[in-house]
Amino acid sequence: MTDKTFDTRLDVMDINHIMSKLLLDKGVVSRCRELADHIAKPVGDLISTHTTVAIERASLRLAGVNGAVVRGGQLFPEANIIVENLHASGLLGRGALYWFANALLQKKLTTQKLAAAVAAGKIDLSKLPRSPEPDIREKARELCMRAKQHLLEKRDERDRLREETRDPFDPTGKNGPLLYVIVATGNIHEDVVQARAAATAGADAIAVIRSTAQSLLDYIPHGATTEGFGGTYATQENFRIMRTALDEESRKLGRYVRLTNYCSGLCMPEIAALGAMERLDFMLNDAMYGILFRDINMKRTLVDQHFSRKIIALSKIVIHTGEDNYLTTADAIENGHQVLASQFINERFALNAGMPENLMGLGHAQEMDPQHPDVFLKEIARAQMTRDIFPDSPIKFMPPTRFKSGDIFYSHLMDAMFNFVGVLTGQTIQLLGMLTEAMHTPLMQDRWLSIRNAKYIFNGARTLGSEISFKQGGVIESWARKVLEDTHRHLELVAGKGLFKAIEERAFAGVTRTETGGKGHDGVVKKSPEYLNPFFEIL
Amino acid sequence: MVMQKTAKANLKKLKPYGDIMDDGVMQLSFTLPVDPSPEAREAATLLMQKMGFDQVKIATMEKAADGFSFFVIYGNSKHAVDFTKIKVIKVESEKKSREEIDALVQEKIGRRIIILGACTGFDAHTVGIDAIINMKGFAGDYGLERYKWFDARNLGSQIPNEEFLKKAVEAGADAILVSKVVTQHNIHLKDLKDLISRAKKMGIREKMIFVAGGPRVTHPMALECGFDAGFGVGTKPSEVASYVVDELLKRKQVGRKKR
Repeated sequence: MTDKTFDTRLDVMDINHIMSKLLLDKGVVSRCRELADHIAKPVGDLISTHTTVAIERASLRLAGVNGAVVRGGQLFPEANIIVENLHASGLLGRGALYWFANALLQKKLTTQKLAAAVAAGKIDLSKLPRSPEPDIREKARELCMRAKQHLLEKRDERDRLREETRDPFDPTGKNGPLLYVIVATGNIHEDVVQARAAATAGADAIAVIRSTAQSLLDYIPHGATTEGFGGTYATQENFRIMRTALDEESRKLGRYVRLTNYCSGLCMPEIAALGAMERLDFMLNDAMYGILFRDINMKRTLVDQHFSRKIIALSKIVIHTGEDNYLTTADAIENGHQVLASQFINERFALNAGMPENLMGLGHAQEMDPQHPDVFLKEIARAQMTRDIFPDSPIKFMPPTRFKSGDIFYSHLMDAMFNFVGVLTGQTIQLLGMLTEAMHTPLMQDRWLSIRNAKYIFNGARTLGSEISFKQGGVIESWARKVLEDTHRHLELVAGKGLFKAIEERAFAGVTRTETGGKGHDGVVKKSPEYLNPFFEIL
Repeated sequence: MVMQKTAKANLKKLKPYGDIMDDGVMQLSFTLPVDPSPEAREAATLLMQKMGFDQVKIATMEKAADGFSFFVIYGNSKHAVDFTKIKVIKVESEKKSREEIDALVQEKIGRRIIILGACTGFDAHTVGIDAIINMKGFAGDYGLERYKWFDARNLGSQIPNEEFLKKAVEAGADAILVSKVVTQHNIHLKDLKDLISRAKKMGIREKMIFVAGGPRVTHPMALECGFDAGFGVGTKPSEVASYVVDELLKRKQVGRKKR
């Protein structure tokens, strides 16, 4: 090394400590990872000693309980009724599968018939004679092995289709950003029309936006739905309808088109189960989002996310974390470190649930004030450092929303610059901005214009990133170093207090939550010593 | 050579402006659910003519998807409106920034303003009330929770009117915000009127500021339902905050005069 300035830096950093594109200290990065591990550890004890009503429902659904009965004029899932009954009798600590497997042995019915009988009130699981313990365990294991086999078949079916068509996805971003757009008509059949149009125009991934406030429903609506608010209900049938349409489009276009939905809210583990069964490709899933932005109880969310991610890992679904939200709630320039800190934490929780890096779509967003001087330098720094620090993860880049107004022309320009930063810094999944972001859920023409915008820029600047190196000690590199250092300090603070206490003291997004507050706390159940759920071992 | 002066806007017959006064130029874009074709182009032109446009120029016709064509079109509108006759009933308050509002409350009121918000009745759609109250806010404008001098509480969805009013009394609320999204069978109007009649019975109608909001809510409609103000789609938290503070100060002054 002849460069003087570079030499001085090497006094403190070994050459191996220098990361790919920006000169970031690998030592600080690995200390951040150690801190994330330290933060997640105590939560691990909570996770292993508790279950939730949602995990129990997910387990039943995986085992084949997917019917519904009419209640209050609408379809209500059998899984909910079975789990509600057990929870009300204080029996859920043994695991729903224990009671269900026993009933299967006692009544010699099929899974579906037994579920229907329990839901109709004809059989009370708690009142049946008990089969010998080893028989129940054996039966439960059999149910779970069959369920796992089913998931693996679905996964293989999906992977075959990906091979058969051309799959543009590369987690490390080498093939350029994937074009990801949303549909949100409220009517699944109309969503299909919009999704097919988007796929034809060039979209690689379709996200069906969920109806407002579904995340706070403690059950999953049933069947195909045609009415929603700001989105379409996530149901197993809606998943199936959309995936079938996208299978057709993938074959027709000779390009695999991915499907996304939300694996968040009070039904997180169940949605993971349904997504796995219906061959979803992407799921929005975050270890802390529900706590901070939906006021769902901390314990509920953390216990639920673990089980969800076990299913997701088996099915090799790519999760998308929700760090973009830190930037829409609080200032995007000041809060870069919270995003990175949360990414480290999400990464650790995902690793703990058995997920490899290439399934962790870590999220962030371009949300800085467009009037800020040199704003793109800071945005490039943020995007590039995310790429550098998580080289094997598919990075999900979210578009500007906060500073968007009804001026659709300016908005379209903001999206163009966002696309430019995305392709320049090698982001993996680009959620395309819409020129009508501040106004309505996208019309067909909005989406078409947006895809055109992205294709133009992704094509024109396809290899620009590989031609560029950043000035050492320049604005971009210095900003990245500052954010990394702030992140390190922030993680130290969180580790020192413990995650629960830190959240209570507004460590993330300026929001405060308590350990027992928030929705769904009553659905957290301590596992009894005889708790039975073979999914925890085999997933 | 004497410069020719450009024409002034004729407020009696106001028309859109492109580059010559009263040219009536407008730009439109839309999608027709048919493939691009000379017939589709003609259909777009006919639609424009039916809408009152002359000199229709189809700038582009593109295939947006199988069976869909996207148009960008210019035309000269034949229509004009009398600007001098326009009367709008609107919320009378000067829009201020969060910092200005906080400073104003600190100086003129000297205590935190208590605001309770909810989606009432069976309405479960909190997107509106969340945008106004929750920290995150809307379109870069922070929610009321973020204001130092506001104690804003979002009670969430499906709050019965009776319970909402009871909580407002307990909290000693200065203002309550009701969000209505669902409008099937005019349920929003019934719920809003019911809230006011309950408030009257409880004798608190005049003690609090009643604000309604929602995508289909307008200020005149809110007034009709007995509210003090109504805010429609696209309202930012700072607009609601500005109104509440102005109204509180106005009432404070009137109160003083009465005494």
